[in-house]
Amino acid sequence: MRITQGTFSYLPDLTADEISAQIQYAIDRGWAVAIEFTDDPHPRNVLWEMWGLPMFGLSDASAAMHEVTGCVQAWPDHYVRVSAYDASLGRQTTALSFIVNRPGHEPGFRLDRAEAGDRRISYALHPYAADRPSGERYGHPNGHRG
Amino acid sequence: MNGDGESAGRDARGFAMPRPGTGPPGAAPTADDADGGRGSQAAGPDPQPGANHGARPQLPADALVDLDEEGRALQISGLLERLDAEFVGLSPVKERVREVAALLLVDRLRARYALSSSRPSLHMCFTGSPGTGKTTMAMHMGGLLHELGYLRKGQLVTATRDDLIGQYVGHTAPKTKEVLKRAMGGVLLIDEAYYLYRPDNERDYGQEAIEILLQFMEAHRDDLVVILAGYRERMDVFFRSNPGMASRIGHHIDFPDFGICDLMQIALRMLDQEEYRLSPEAAAAFREYVGLRMRQPRFAGARSIRNAIDRLRLRQAGRLVAAGGQVSRADLAEITEADVRGSRVFSDGTAPGQPAEPSRPAQASRPDLPVYPALLVGSPDQMA
Repeated sequence: MRITQGTFSYLPDLTADEISAQIQYAIDRGWAVAIEFTDDPHPRNVLWEMWGLPMFGLSDASAAMHEVTGCVQAWPDHYVRVSAYDASLGRQTTALSFIVNRPGHEPGFRLDRAEAGDRRISYALHPYAADRPSGERYGHPNGHRG
Repeated sequence: MNGDGESAGRDARGFAMPRPGTGPPGAAPTADDADGGRGSQAAGPDPQPGANHGARPQLPADALVDLDEEGRALQISGLLERLDAEFVGLSPVKERVREVAALLLVDRLRARYALSSSRPSLHMCFTGSPGTGKTTMAMHMGGLLHELGYLRKGQLVTATRDDLIGQYVGHTAPKTKEVLKRAMGGVLLIDEAYYLYRPDNERDYGQEAIEILLQFMEAHRDDLVVILAGYRERMDVFFRSNPGMASRIGHHIDFPDFGICDLMQIALRMLDQEEYRLSPEAAAAFREYVGLRMRQPRFAGARSIRNAIDRLRLRQAGRLVAAGGQVSRADLAEITEADVRGSRVFSDGTAPGQPAEPSRPAQASRPDLPVYPALLVGSPDQMA
């Protein structure tokens, strides 16, 4: 099941040139670009691991692309996303966030129902991949400790 | 990034919103802007030479192209003329920029015959005496290379030792990388680069910064131009202890010392910029001043001239205020011979090795210190 989180997630995967053009768009607007990765793509897991520090003061996308490639190479079977933070007063939030790498196989989520008192039912999303320990969830039993 | 982006890209045409970066030229303004100067100049930094030559069919091997026409299209001559007009002297640098521009032109023509053309390594090292224009030239280099299409942005990032080197173990690499990342697409100027390396302290983190720098210079030479600037002898020592650095820099440019004519021209240009003018006698006196100053110790080329001009302005202001009364626009703009002759340099050798202007306490104790009536009265209309 294809995970759809962030901008462009219903589009086909972006090519390197397209990612670069998006990053350049963010840089041109003065947003700070950061790269994050995770192997726990639960929709409520909003804080992913940071790949290095956010990049302030860039003027060219090639620098961020260098980091994107580095992150994808180190974590090829993880989700990697680029987020751009708009620090301008009144906004101060993530302005753009999109996935740039995803594992080859995405098993998707299971819906867990739990019956509580008074016939109430509570639901939970359970990623199949989360059954395995962190770092081994998508295809690599030994993980990739970058 | 999954590899099936190609086929999927075709499906995406069905969406109402054009996909960034893939639309026809002009449909995606941001992508076009990001491409900026190089969009039309595919020869230089374009990762796929020929990709932008859709409109320019490949020429048969026996065809001829007009070099001059192509040069006009690139507006190279205008750029070189501006360089000539803006900078006095500095012929080695101008020569090098001319060659780089010529290479760009030839590469573009080569691309039309489908001959390969790769971007030359443009890392530079500027050496020369103090005040020969190294830093000024480096600051203009980003713009020049951007206009020539070798750099995508052409911004200048200046770094000194403390911008690159951390204070504790593991601090240097991220710090250096951050500066390098900010400089990508433009020029990284490392002024007085020899401070990076301290041979007397083997636990200094400078070596680490140099290694990262070398690695980036090699791996990202399409994205980044590193310019090292510094005094000649100390740069030589620096390169001797870091041979890898010397060999990765393609252009070692030595800035010649300015002659007296160059310095006069620079002085006139500086005065012109600040909207002052020298009276004919003052010009002659200033020429004499420059000749004397050049022989004094701690002469720092154009920088000394800039300082001398600042002092001329001070003396002119002092003279005008001391005289009081009414002044005209011409009076305010003109620097007279007396202003120039007031310099310590003419009183010759009273304190050899001292800066041309006496230090403040000495001035305060001077008996001939002028009294400024306008300042004493303190009425603003008299000051005007």
